[in-house]
Amino acid sequence: MTAPLHEPTAEAAPSAAEEAAVATTGAKAVQGRSLGRIAWERLKRDKLALTGGVVVLVLVLVALLAPVITSLVGQDPDVYHENLIDPLFGTPTGSLGGISGDHLLGVEPVNGRDIFARILYGAQISLLVGFLSALVAVVLGTILGILAGFFGGWVDAVISRVMDGLLAFPQLLFIIALVSVMPNNMLGLTGSSVRVFVMILVIGFFGWPYIGRVVRGQTLSLREREYVEAARSLGAGRFYILFKELLPNLVAPIIVYTTMMIPTNILTEAALSFLGVGVKPPTASWGQMLSNAIDYYDSDPMYMIVPGVAIFITVLAFNLFGDGVRDALDPKGSR
Amino acid sequence: MLAYLIRRLFAAAVMLVVIIMVVFGIFFLVPKWAGVDIALSFVGKQADPAAVAGVREKLGLSDPIYMQVWEFFKGIFAGRTYSAGGDVTHCAAPCFGYSFKSEQAVWPVLTDRFPVTLGLALGAAVLWLVFGVAAGVLSALKRGSLWDRSAMVVALAGVSLPIYFTGMLSLAIFAFGLKWLNAQYVPLDQSFTGWFGGMILPWITLAFLYAAMYARITRATMLEVLGEDYIRTARAKGLREQTVIGKHAMRSTMTPILTMLGMDLGALIGGAILTESTFNLPGLGRAVLDAIRNQDLPIILGVTLITSLAVLLANLVVDILYAVIDPRVRLA
Repeated sequence: MTAPLHEPTAEAAPSAAEEAAVATTGAKAVQGRSLGRIAWERLKRDKLALTGGVVVLVLVLVALLAPVITSLVGQDPDVYHENLIDPLFGTPTGSLGGISGDHLLGVEPVNGRDIFARILYGAQISLLVGFLSALVAVVLGTILGILAGFFGGWVDAVISRVMDGLLAFPQLLFIIALVSVMPNNMLGLTGSSVRVFVMILVIGFFGWPYIGRVVRGQTLSLREREYVEAARSLGAGRFYILFKELLPNLVAPIIVYTTMMIPTNILTEAALSFLGVGVKPPTASWGQMLSNAIDYYDSDPMYMIVPGVAIFITVLAFNLFGDGVRDALDPKGSR
Repeated sequence: MLAYLIRRLFAAAVMLVVIIMVVFGIFFLVPKWAGVDIALSFVGKQADPAAVAGVREKLGLSDPIYMQVWEFFKGIFAGRTYSAGGDVTHCAAPCFGYSFKSEQAVWPVLTDRFPVTLGLALGAAVLWLVFGVAAGVLSALKRGSLWDRSAMVVALAGVSLPIYFTGMLSLAIFAFGLKWLNAQYVPLDQSFTGWFGGMILPWITLAFLYAAMYARITRATMLEVLGEDYIRTARAKGLREQTVIGKHAMRSTMTPILTMLGMDLGALIGGAILTESTFNLPGLGRAVLDAIRNQDLPIILGVTLITSLAVLLANLVVDILYAVIDPRVRLA
């Protein structure tokens, strides 16, 4: 970790250190700071990115604590409240989709399930699939990208062509196709957990070329650096160079692309559930709520607005945070 | 140029083989590994064991995989006859499979639905290229201005909104609330104005997402290009600002945009599926949605295959155009 990390720090540190020195008017001695610390200090000054980060944290907490919160407000995502439904139109009685002190975000048409509780449980699915599929993509993309960039030759040719192909394919269609041929029970999982598992794998599989392309490009330029040469001349093996010399320097771009991939994956999960190949009812998911809401867009617009806004806020928060992380970790950044 | 053309054609042929392998892998190999009886998804509504066995025999699902692929390809050129005992189903010449669920060949479904999707995609592409690139260029030229900041906020919102949600909102507001537009799809050969009116909301909805992405990319690329030495040189020569931006800067800005356009064609199909489901347009996407609901795999297979081929062909065209515009590409 020593030699490689000094390389980018040496470029970024002087300006940041100077700023700090000016800010404290030379009261303290100039301290050496790590790349991570510099990035964190830049991120702290980016109000929008911080807001996004805080919203993401809140969302994660809300998703984890969904059972606790729903029982605190005395609701359950699967309980029907047919007494709150207008028997003639099937829409909730009361204004704004049946919003009341009991039902904070109203109830669903026809069966009257509590929307607030379903939104909280839906957050679990969205975030779980979003994070874990990004993890799958990162692991695959990093390994294959490093291999392609480091070994070059036919390894690179094969991996690069596969990446080009996967990127150009109609991905959503392939994901739909794959999810629809998957069984309803596998590896001891049943029902919605199978769908969640399959979505994580499939979305992750179609996401790795985005990471792989970046990692390959970075590896190509890094492997020519002097410190790699130095390690090689000291007799370091290929795998030592790969994992000890190259990988630490790839961490920054990998983090950036991961934060930007999570919101895309959340949107894909929502789209799959919207199309009916995502989690199965009665498990709540935002995309599925929107898909049901399409029949009520004129009579009960709140039913589509609530899950739509939930997706929007989540994805926007991740995007803001991701943009901030990118700016903070980019040595060429103007800030 | 000829060498480049040959190389590209060869690459396209390799991709064709890869696409075919992937598509058939998904539909025939994956279910096998996962232990799913694919015949169940091909059989008609009465899924009794005899019917399932019939379909298995008709499709030759017990044959080795390469035989199945071969039969499928022979079907495309020579037509195909499915037979099991006395039960014979014929599928005419470009046979892209047969849906036993809806009792129809897949190819006519594809040709019926394709024009709708093409109309949606082309209209949206024109809208997003014009507005996305214009907004991005203006933002870059007036960096930090009120216009720049508001355009980028709208663009960020645009990439964070699911297409179907924007679609439903626009339906609720413009079609149902304000009654400005008709949300009904009218075929083009029935009435041009009716078709155009019905397509306005789908076009805007689909274009909004991509316009937002393209505006962000155009702005970033333009800013980078404006910092290049040759732009300073052009200005130092005393060229008018319009010429510097319009001729010198735009040319390098448009190159990555063209590349993106080629790569986004595949993603566009995904967007079209979602848009068509939201607005109830009878295109390929709608066909896929209905097929998902009915577990009608042959339709999904046909659409996946045909759109992959369309994307491959379009990418080939983009690449060749690209080499014509930018001679450096031919050497790469």
